[in-house]
Amino acid sequence: MKPPRKPEPVQVIKQRRDGVLGALVQGVPYIQFLGIQFERRGDELTAILPFDKSLIGNPMLPALHGGATAAFLEVTAIITLSWGMLWEDMESGALNIDPEDAATMPRLPKTIDFTIDYLRSGLPRDAYARARINRSGRRYASVHVEAWQDNRERLFAQGTGHFVMPPRGDV
Amino acid sequence: MADRATPAKQFISALPHAAALGMEVNEIADGRAVLSMPYDAKFVGDPRTGVIHGGAVSALMDTTCGAAVMCHPDNPSATATMDLRIEYLRAAIPGQRITASATCYHVTRSVAFVRAEARDEGDTPVASCTGTFTVGTGK
Repeated sequence: MKPPRKPEPVQVIKQRRDGVLGALVQGVPYIQFLGIQFERRGDELTAILPFDKSLIGNPMLPALHGGATAAFLEVTAIITLSWGMLWEDMESGALNIDPEDAATMPRLPKTIDFTIDYLRSGLPRDAYARARINRSGRRYASVHVEAWQDNRERLFAQGTGHFVMPPRGDV
Repeated sequence: MADRATPAKQFISALPHAAALGMEVNEIADGRAVLSMPYDAKFVGDPRTGVIHGGAVSALMDTTCGAAVMCHPDNPSATATMDLRIEYLRAAIPGQRITASATCYHVTRSVAFVRAEARDEGDTPVASCTGTFTVGTGK
C-alpha cells in the first residue's frame, strides 16, 4: 500500500501564498500610491489603508476623501476576486508572478460598475475592509465590500461592484 | 457667480487628496463643475495595459460631483457624499488626461442629486456616474 502523501511543510505553504499575494499587490501602482496593504489568514484577506494626510478630503473636519474610500473598496474587491481566481493555480505551483515584470502579472478582473454607500465620515485613522464574493461565474462576478475603522460592526462605507472576469486558461 | 466660484475653486484645489492626484478645477459655477486630472504611471490599475485604476477615476468623479453641489446656488456650501454609483464604460487610453463634468440637477433642503461623465481625449466617455450628496450640516 502506498503511504499517504505527506502534507507540505507549513513554511512552504505560507511562503507561496504570501509571495503571490505580495506580488499581486506590489504589481499594481495605484495600490502602492494609496499605501494599501493586505493581511492573510488562510484564504481570507483583510485590506488595510494606513492613514496618511494625502487621503484627506475635507481638511476642516478632517475626513477621508470619498474618492480615497471608493478606491480602497474597489481595490479590496479586485484583489479579493483575483485571489480567489488564482487560488488553484497558486496551490499547484503553476503561478509565477514578478511584480517588476508587468508581463508576468495575471490579467485582472475589469470593473463594470461600482456603487459606494457612505455611511459615516471616514476618520483620520487607519481603515480596514473585507470583500465577499457573492457570485463568481465564468464571465461575471458580483462582489460586496465592507469597510470599518474602530469597530468592525460600525461600517463607515460599503460597496457593491460587478466585474468582467479575464479569459480563462491564460494566467 | 464669480464671488462664489473663486473661493470654491480654491477650496477644491486645496483638498489634500485632490492635490495628491493633481486635480485641476477647469470650471465651477451654478451647480456645474469640470475638473481634470493628468495621466500618471502612479495611478495605473492594470500593469499589463497601463490603464488607470478605476479608483482614481472614482476620486475625480466624487470630487467633481461634490464641487457641483458646492457651487449650486441653493446649497449652503458644506456637503458630503452619501451614495455614488460609477459605470466604467471603457478603459481610459493610457497617457491621456481625464476630464470629468458634473451637474447638480436637483437640490432639496437635505439632498443634492448629481450626474457626471468622465472623458479622456477621445470622443466617447470613459465613465458615467450618479450620486446623492448631503446638503447643510444636519445629518
